[in-house]
Amino acid sequence: MAKRSIGGIAGIWTEEHSVITAAAKTRESGFSKFDAITPYPVHGMEEACGIKRSWIPYVTFVAGLTGLLFGLWLTWWTSAVNWPINVGGKPMFSWPAFIPVIFELTVLFAALCSVAALFYVTKMPKMDPPVIDPDLTSHKFAIFVPQNDVGYDEVKIERLFKEWGAVEVKKVAEY
Amino acid sequence: MITRNKLVLGDKSLKDITDDICAPIEAYPSKGWLGLFTGALGLLIFYVIIMGTIISTGMGLLGVNHPNAWGTMIITFVFWIGIGHAGTLISAILFLFRQKWRTSVARTAEAMTVFAVMTAGLFPLLHTGRPWLDYWLFPYPNQRGPLWVNFRSPLLWDVFAVSTYATVSMVFWYVGLIPDFATIKDRAKNKLRRTIYGALSMGWRGTARNWSHYEMLYLLLAGLSTPLVLSVHTIVSFDFAVSSLPGWHTTIFPPYFVAGAIFSGFAMVVTLMTLVRIGVPEFKNYITIDHMEVMNKIIMATGLMVGYAYGSEFFIAWYSGNPYEKYVFFNSRAFGPYAWSYWTMISCNVLIPQLFWFKKFRRSIPVMFVVSIFVNIGMWFERFVITITSLHRDFLPANWGNYPWSFFDGAILVGSFGMFLTLFLLYLRFFPAISIAEVKPVLPVGRENSKGGH
Repeated sequence: MAKRSIGGIAGIWTEEHSVITAAAKTRESGFSKFDAITPYPVHGMEEACGIKRSWIPYVTFVAGLTGLLFGLWLTWWTSAVNWPINVGGKPMFSWPAFIPVIFELTVLFAALCSVAALFYVTKMPKMDPPVIDPDLTSHKFAIFVPQNDVGYDEVKIERLFKEWGAVEVKKVAEY
Repeated sequence: MITRNKLVLGDKSLKDITDDICAPIEAYPSKGWLGLFTGALGLLIFYVIIMGTIISTGMGLLGVNHPNAWGTMIITFVFWIGIGHAGTLISAILFLFRQKWRTSVARTAEAMTVFAVMTAGLFPLLHTGRPWLDYWLFPYPNQRGPLWVNFRSPLLWDVFAVSTYATVSMVFWYVGLIPDFATIKDRAKNKLRRTIYGALSMGWRGTARNWSHYEMLYLLLAGLSTPLVLSVHTIVSFDFAVSSLPGWHTTIFPPYFVAGAIFSGFAMVVTLMTLVRIGVPEFKNYITIDHMEVMNKIIMATGLMVGYAYGSEFFIAWYSGNPYEKYVFFNSRAFGPYAWSYWTMISCNVLIPQLFWFKKFRRSIPVMFVVSIFVNIGMWFERFVITITSLHRDFLPANWGNYPWSFFDGAILVGSFGMFLTLFLLYLRFFPAISIAEVKPVLPVGRENSKGGH
């Protein structure tokens, strides 16, 4: 279920290095629900925001394993159980010949489930999400602090953002 | 000290990059594009008519007959699927090797992969002769037993390999496009563009948490695509190598096919990139001569691998002492009725790329364009040589027969370019041809010369 969108305050920066510093300082000031919005993956931002390592690889592993077992089961069950056919006197369950199919199914399951995991965690697809500033997907960077964060105080945050080099501070009705 | 040449020229700011890459999408199409597109579309319509005729009349329109049961359809299938491999090599393998230069060519190379695989995929489907029954290729519960597909057949492995490859490369490409679609949506001046690209971007917002997952997914997909792309052409080569026909039954086929695929694919990337550079002059700052030179080096390296494989086949044919194997190589392939195709292949794939030993030629756009065209031709002939020269004379002379090349053989080969080029031109017009979000992090801006270096 998608989380209800929430208001808050956003600072906008034009330099990559100053937004990283600002994100680290926002975190040090005790905010925990804030997020940084950048046009491209900024190196060092995860550390600055205290973001944990993505859990998508676990999905990939489990999905890959599922694909592998499904491939193994499918080839075994169809060739040796459901309709066994003698092909050139080979064993019914001639598993080395099934490796290509099992491999492809492993990759297919792993890839598609990983993408599905990304869509789940980023709450996509979503039509027309609220936009703080259209330039945030081009050449500007933002830090957004939601209303429900600990110690939320618009005046204080605005002052801090300005101090840390924000070129603009915006009140956001919903994000 | 050896300094690296810049990956992006012209001291671009972040905004310049967005503007440059979005410009072809936001402007009215140029006359050149319209001209090319009209031509490509015409060729596509011709292709559709030819395919319709083949489907309604039958495979007999082609030269496919005993003993040459595989002809233009299979040759051209292998040709197109091979071309696709370079795109995945650039987008996945070079990503894993952290080759930053890949960023500006990866998007277009991946698009080439997707379109080449789409073009390729039609051929085996048509080659079945009754394409309306092609769903029989997949194992599904049915009322005929249920009768299942034969999982021991390389042709079935190919069904799985090509369909997985097509799916995963399309998904990989699309995931890469999502942040760029969001960029175009946010810049959009009119409502229609905003709606379309908004839908395509699926609500991407670019928060740090999202990017963290996104980058992880990109790495995972690159890691999955790498063994996948190698498996695909390996399995395509199994279609030949698992049979017992002299000329096909060799263990060298998987690496030989993979090297050939990358060779032909890079040639197609160079062909397309030289044209993209002409079509959108601003892209010369992103796809620089350095990029082209690196790709030409790869062409030469893989060309030498392919040349080594050609030589190795002859050595093994002699060393094995097998008279049938020797006959295929020393009589029918090099000096038989199809010797012209063999020597075309050798000239195009082994001799002509040797020009790239010279730095001057590696960095010359006209030279690399011509060489890449020759490699494309040579690699089509390689598949022709492998398929036809092995089939047309096998064990029994009573079985011999040449391939009666018909009008329809030529027409589907030429027509398939119409399909590929139409898709590619539409892509150039509607999709960001360089990854906006991937190019920005490789800029030196804000890192080396300004105070914020890290």
